[in-house]
Amino acid sequence: MNRRIIEENVFKILMLASLAIVLGSLVIIVGIVVINGFPALSIEMFTQTPTGRYYLGQGSGGILNAILGSLFLALPATALAYLIGLAIALYLQRDFLHPWASSFIRFTLDVLWGIPSIIYGVFCFMFMIMLGMRASLLVGIIALTLLEIPIITRYMDEAISMVPRGLKESAYSLGSTKFETAMKVVRRQAFPGILAGVLLGLGRGIGDAASILFTSGFSSDIPTSIFDSTAALPTIIFRFYTSPIPAVQQRAYAAAFILLMIVLTISIASRLLTRRFKKHVIK
Amino acid sequence: MEKKKLLWLIDTKLVLAIVIIFLLFSFILLPLSFSLLFLFLITFVLLYIFIKKHRKIRDFIGTKTMLLVTIIFIIFFFVMFSFILYKSMFILGTYSIFDILFSSVWNPEYGQFGLFPIIYVTVLVTGIALLIAVPISILSAIYITEYAPRRIRKTIRPFIDVLAGVPSVVYGLCAYLVLVPLVKDVIAPWFGIESTGSCVFTAAITLAIMVFPIIISLCIESFDAIPIALKEASLSVGATKWETVKKVVFRASASGIISSILLGFGRAFGETIAVSMVIGGIPRMPSSLFAPGQTLASLIISAYGEMMSVPLYESALMMVTLILFIVVLLFNIVGFAVLRRARRRGKF
Repeated sequence: MNRRIIEENVFKILMLASLAIVLGSLVIIVGIVVINGFPALSIEMFTQTPTGRYYLGQGSGGILNAILGSLFLALPATALAYLIGLAIALYLQRDFLHPWASSFIRFTLDVLWGIPSIIYGVFCFMFMIMLGMRASLLVGIIALTLLEIPIITRYMDEAISMVPRGLKESAYSLGSTKFETAMKVVRRQAFPGILAGVLLGLGRGIGDAASILFTSGFSSDIPTSIFDSTAALPTIIFRFYTSPIPAVQQRAYAAAFILLMIVLTISIASRLLTRRFKKHVIK
Repeated sequence: MEKKKLLWLIDTKLVLAIVIIFLLFSFILLPLSFSLLFLFLITFVLLYIFIKKHRKIRDFIGTKTMLLVTIIFIIFFFVMFSFILYKSMFILGTYSIFDILFSSVWNPEYGQFGLFPIIYVTVLVTGIALLIAVPISILSAIYITEYAPRRIRKTIRPFIDVLAGVPSVVYGLCAYLVLVPLVKDVIAPWFGIESTGSCVFTAAITLAIMVFPIIISLCIESFDAIPIALKEASLSVGATKWETVKKVVFRASASGIISSILLGFGRAFGETIAVSMVIGGIPRMPSSLFAPGQTLASLIISAYGEMMSVPLYESALMMVTLILFIVVLLFNIVGFAVLRRARRRGKF
């Protein structure tokens, strides 16, 4: 009897320890980024582009080009992925597609969710070379869209499949067509889930470095057209974190701080907004 | 009835026509077939915008647009796979697949493309990462589902979601700032080995932390699916909580746990940025755990820029991408197949 209670307690302690490791690593990550990144912040970081040359750029200046570049990359990519993902997710309902086919597509999407982003990057890079283009905002957006489609679609699909059958049927019984029902009834009913999916995709897209590192290139200027190459926050971190010059390294730390804050904000916003919009859902 | 049948015929014929057109053209010219599909898409969208009065036609167009998007998307990923396959075939004309997989010198300038040390290090790093991550994650998941009070449980979940959402480049930076000096100054000297800190061991720990949230959230899901009656039956005959966990929870959710490990493996195997920031980047056989190495994914990222110069080099890197793709794909397919069965069985 005694042995069993000892075993119970030993494992309880082990569990608490492992939970402490998991949560501790999160605390350490946030702590390290804040400790290193916060002192590096200044008004110039947000309002100026870097002066001086790449990597060894001595001069002052900030990372405005990377902040804007990240937004220019991630926002259009998320919008595109939203449109494509919405079409696929709505079409996966039983009203349109045979369950056998939709289960195959769901499986494909699940599998694609786990594909490392570097593969999308390599694919887009090779395609870009084949078409004779140069690293640009456009190619970066395409790579990010490909990365985000499985994430957003799968999330939307979960939300859409929760829509009660009766709701759709009452729309049909009033004489609306399938497409009208999907767009005007199902989409609105599933809106909180769709929003959460889009925000999740945005968070993933804005933080991903492997797919845009070579497809969107690098530039110290703010991009003026979609054929310009551009810097982004993850690119800045990856390229500058080992820089021997403190000013440049500070930019990497500041970029990490800003990126983490953006990702945290998105994750909190997704929780709050989902809760808020759930009010309008018909139970 | 008659009309419905007609519509159904159009439906199937349209799908067949699209697929056949695609197959026909894909042998001749891939971009052409894709532009054809996009042409369809644009026509549909334009038609939808301009036809306002006929609701039936609008419905037809809208539905078919969604179908077309779905088809394009699914085909696209097969195209992506075959494109990488096609590009990596070039090197097989010069070297045999065994030469590439099992010879141990990676030196592209001299035409030596041995991937063995890189594959070895990749498997080693992923294996160590999982050895660390799996017990910790499973124990935390058990605590969260079985032991923790409801309030604590609700507060912990968002933190794990946040951990899953931290970008990998931030993980890499933190590992570079914390783990690298730690390994260099404390852990490696403790074993009596000189190390720069950027090594296989550091990469493995970084990966383990990155895999935590995946395994934990999948385990929580499968532990939650176990019916409470099963646990209560065990508790009512006098088993302690841990005995219940050991004999009931683990067995009932075995497939869920296995799938979470497989999916975690897939994620760790393909992790690129964070690993390449801390592993040292030397494609040789590591002499110890504290020696630098190179994984498949980080090799791609470090050789990206220079790979356009030599066609054979480019093809070798495509081969690396292909291996990465296939391995991750296999693990994901098996993992999700197991998970799917577990989910279906979970609906008691």
